[in-house]
Amino acid sequence: MGMTMAEKIIAAHAGLDRVEPGELVEVQVDFVMANDITAALAIQEFAKLEVEEVFDRERVAFVADHFVPPPNIKAAEQCMAVRNWARRKGILYFEGGRDGGIEHIVLPEQGLVLPGEIIIGADSHTCTYGALGAFSTGVGSTDAAVAMATGRLWLKVPPTMRLFYHGTLRPWVTAKDLILHTIGRIGVDGALYMAMFFTGPVIQALSMDGRFTITNMAIEAGAKAGLMEVDEKTLDYVRPRAKRPFTVYRDDPDARYEIDLDFDVSEWEPAIAVPHLPSNVRPVGELADLRIDQVFIGSCTNGRIEDLRLAARILRGQRVHPEVRCIIIPGSGPTYRQALAEGLIDIFVEAGAVVGLPSCGPCMGGYSGVLGPGERCVSTTNRNFVGRMGHPTSEVYLANPAVAAASAILGRIASPEEVQAEALAV
Amino acid sequence: MRFRGRAWVFGDNIDTDVIIPGRYLNTTDPKELAAHCMEGVDPEFPRRVQPGDIVVAGRNFGSGSSREHAPISLKAAGISCVIAKSFARIFFRNAINIGLPVLECPEAVEAISPGDELEVRLDTGEIHNHRTGQTFRAKPYPPFMLELIRAGGLIPYTRARLAKSQAGAP
Repeated sequence: MGMTMAEKIIAAHAGLDRVEPGELVEVQVDFVMANDITAALAIQEFAKLEVEEVFDRERVAFVADHFVPPPNIKAAEQCMAVRNWARRKGILYFEGGRDGGIEHIVLPEQGLVLPGEIIIGADSHTCTYGALGAFSTGVGSTDAAVAMATGRLWLKVPPTMRLFYHGTLRPWVTAKDLILHTIGRIGVDGALYMAMFFTGPVIQALSMDGRFTITNMAIEAGAKAGLMEVDEKTLDYVRPRAKRPFTVYRDDPDARYEIDLDFDVSEWEPAIAVPHLPSNVRPVGELADLRIDQVFIGSCTNGRIEDLRLAARILRGQRVHPEVRCIIIPGSGPTYRQALAEGLIDIFVEAGAVVGLPSCGPCMGGYSGVLGPGERCVSTTNRNFVGRMGHPTSEVYLANPAVAAASAILGRIASPEEVQAEALAV
Repeated sequence: MRFRGRAWVFGDNIDTDVIIPGRYLNTTDPKELAAHCMEGVDPEFPRRVQPGDIVVAGRNFGSGSSREHAPISLKAAGISCVIAKSFARIFFRNAINIGLPVLECPEAVEAISPGDELEVRLDTGEIHNHRTGQTFRAKPYPPFMLELIRAGGLIPYTRARLAKSQAGAP
């Protein structure tokens, strides 16, 4: 019986020839990451270990992105503690500036997470790097602290769920819609403890930005990791950036899949996940009368340049609805500069959107764009839980950047086609 | 290890944003976090929870964010253990790592009502409901995890291991 790439990567890092799903193994990790919130706890736990140095300064990074720049004194103090620790220990540290931004956009951009590696991050969306053919998973601060000290982590080998996508995408159906429809079908615990392996011609045709959007949300189905095959596009992305040599692993032809799913995407529409679960997925057309108060375009799910280009296609020459706050946040310094160079920021500001500094922004309800009681937001983020973006009675509707931009213009949930139809009619 | 306490019963997919909302994550102080624990689903919880109480929940407890602040807030609020039909994997790891016992037992959850007096034996996985007289047995931990729990969590476990490897070094 062959092995999946997840099994091969874990076996290689455990010093074993092969591993079986369910087996508990100790692995050497290639990279450990934490953000300003989770690092604050991790450094406290690290201190209890009575170890002086991290296992490898080039393989540990803190990315301050949740409360950055700090919105209040407590957040500032927390960020200071994390920043000072990072400087003292000499590890990699990102906080805004040229290269900083959202952890899951920064690390791939900087070539710090690579194919065939095991990466752990004290943030649940660490699964994003699976788009590069890495085994990459979210952990808590204590796991991160121990891995920072020892370079090692206990793992249960997950079974693999294979998801094969074929067919032709309809207009305005994006990577975000593929993953929302998938979670809608399998549920928020449909891949619990599993490695999801996304494959097929539809995935191969996606850009790297689109692929990151999909693996980013594997956790929303309960998965431990979300992986994709390494192809020419992956290598074109990784080669000029890579800070270390790397190895490419592939599924054996006779690899074992716990679950094997096949999706014909040809009939799929742009999707909206309605409150309060990412699995409550409906076609956008069914919700077209729902008025909204805010739109957020950004985050580790949809804060990359391709997402901003898509939003700009809709917002060009348009006006944000007078009753809507529209917040757009490029996910990293390089993404911001690229958007500036392409004139996208002009389009956004001209339309009446607010363009924020690279950070997690309104996604986790602790910073800018916090929702008040009953307020409704269309958001390109990954979670619509109760109180996720503010007051417990506020509502979050997850969508792709084109749907979010169209909704910002019309002041209600809208499909991009409606905006285009209006523009033609004028 | 034995725990006795009243049951707080919740449904499926209780996520970590509900357990401790993102807006409170500018602190790592367990007491401050406990003051907002479960606020998203029951604003009265932080005031009414008693030391030793037990959280009983449906499927996929602790889904979403990897914030360890979630099990920390439950533990600091006085919760002695969590029984659920199933757990999201990061929450499960975090709970074990920080020394908050978590038990998977769908049958017990079905048979527990809010306020029931429960007794849990961690070594055997037995869950006894004093109101109904029923006893259930949770899914056993793998030996490695039992070792972690007995050590008091991942930090004491790792410290002991590091000390041993240093002592063993030539």
